[in-house]
Amino acid sequence: MSKLAKSIRDAIREVGLKSGMTVSFHHHMRNGDRVLVSVLNEIAALGIRDLTLNASSLFDTHAPILDHIRSGVIGRIMTNYMSGAVGRAISRGIMDAPVEFRTHGGRPADMERGTTPVDVAFVAAPTADERGNCTGKLGKSACGSLGYAFADAKYARKVVVITDNLVPYPLETVSISEDLVDLVVEVDEIGDPRGIVSGTTKITRDPVGLVMAQQAARVIEASGLLRDGFSFQTGAGGASLAAARFLKEIMLKKEIQGSFGLGGITSYMVEMLRAGCFERLLDVQCFDLDAVESIRQDPRHQEISAMQYASPLEATAAVNRLDVVILGATEIDTDFNVNVHTDSSGSIMGGSGGHSDTAHGAKLSMIIAPMFRARLPIVTDRVNCISTPGEDIDVLVTQGGIAVNPRRAELRDRLLDAGLPVIDIHALKEKTERITGKPEPLCKGDRVVAEVVSRDGDILDRIYSISDGD
Amino acid sequence: MNVRTLASAGTLESSDAYVEVLPSDGGVTVEVESIVKRQFGAAIEASVREVAAALDVASCEIRIHDRGALDCVIRARVETAIRRAGGDE
Repeated sequence: MSKLAKSIRDAIREVGLKSGMTVSFHHHMRNGDRVLVSVLNEIAALGIRDLTLNASSLFDTHAPILDHIRSGVIGRIMTNYMSGAVGRAISRGIMDAPVEFRTHGGRPADMERGTTPVDVAFVAAPTADERGNCTGKLGKSACGSLGYAFADAKYARKVVVITDNLVPYPLETVSISEDLVDLVVEVDEIGDPRGIVSGTTKITRDPVGLVMAQQAARVIEASGLLRDGFSFQTGAGGASLAAARFLKEIMLKKEIQGSFGLGGITSYMVEMLRAGCFERLLDVQCFDLDAVESIRQDPRHQEISAMQYASPLEATAAVNRLDVVILGATEIDTDFNVNVHTDSSGSIMGGSGGHSDTAHGAKLSMIIAPMFRARLPIVTDRVNCISTPGEDIDVLVTQGGIAVNPRRAELRDRLLDAGLPVIDIHALKEKTERITGKPEPLCKGDRVVAEVVSRDGDILDRIYSISDGD
Repeated sequence: MNVRTLASAGTLESSDAYVEVLPSDGGVTVEVESIVKRQFGAAIEASVREVAAALDVASCEIRIHDRGALDCVIRARVETAIRRAGGDE
């Protein structure tokens, strides 16, 4: 019996997708992905409606789904991240049902718990054989790790692998194995790998960003955590990447042999592996093509699933072994709650991704952010959306000082001993407002357009509509 | 100071403002377009009017295209545009 389907449309028919069901997608092709939109176009053409779309992330390239929302093909969305083009429309209230935001760890956990059952998972596979064994490491559209797709393949009722590089059985290196796969479809193109490098994955050249990055590296050095066996994750923001580069210099100078680098992996983390800063990279998603090349060639650079990465149901999830994570924020309040979901006008332009998973797990979770962006202070009385609760955030590094969560008095003392410019977060807020002025608070809209579900499954916050005039 | 001619100052770069000043009759009119209008729209207009008053401008139209400039930047851009529009200063 063959698993090969002639087309995406045939596969949708064969797996028995019906109106009202749930389809899932992963986002390793990032802004280069063509699979999600192609599949939804075929679903729409078949007259299937009122679907739940469970996508690990949605990027600007996925904006055509807005038409499928308006026409009723998609009735609900669950995702961990949503970029601005889709987010603005959601914030203007084009859906009746609120979007459910989860975290990279919470999403697979809710699949495992059965809270968010998936009928059909579509796996964009850069290389697959005809029995469904597949990998992201090989092929013209190689994206490296397929970390987020493991849960979809494991828990969905039916799994369709879509590939643009069908090879003879058996595939040489397997990420998702044939026993989890129902159908295989060959297409011309699953996406454009150049789109993998998108958005925030470049190092900063901004002098303010570099100052913050240097301070961040010194905070890590002073924290007491930087010793042999050190483990580290950084987001892909420009200042975070610069901090990784400064950290690398410190590690090499002090001859510190770290254990592992975690997360979405960039070329900067690959450099640290090659320079001997870490013994392993644990990779749930490649953020650029250097990382893709590394995971293909270097056995020390290992693929992990979203469950291994961050699931709250896994006692040994990698985030729980993290020493330090560097993260970004659009806002942080005086209780250290962080917003990464909405922009200054309250419009959706992001999501937790692994933010709150790593912040919860890491021994030191650090936010790097400038005191203000385009006149808007980073520190507020209350963030517009709580993406990560303040109890999981330990320190905020800005160019105007380093604010330590009062829960971490011992960390504050260490930073003071190291001569670092520690400042109370309220004082930092006042200092910033002396430069920017005090902003008028935003008026929330009257409709809930999204709910933020914590990694443990509780509603952490709600995101409200914004009006059209804004 | 009299605004005699159209003049501008600033850029549309992030954290800057592009200011246009035009001759007009009947007082100072201010038009603010800003990425932070909801948070700082009123403060921006107040600063612009203060600068115009300090330069004794009786009549002109001032258009602000703000990309999140700090108050000191807005004031400097407005003053420069008004002085350029004054012709001989």
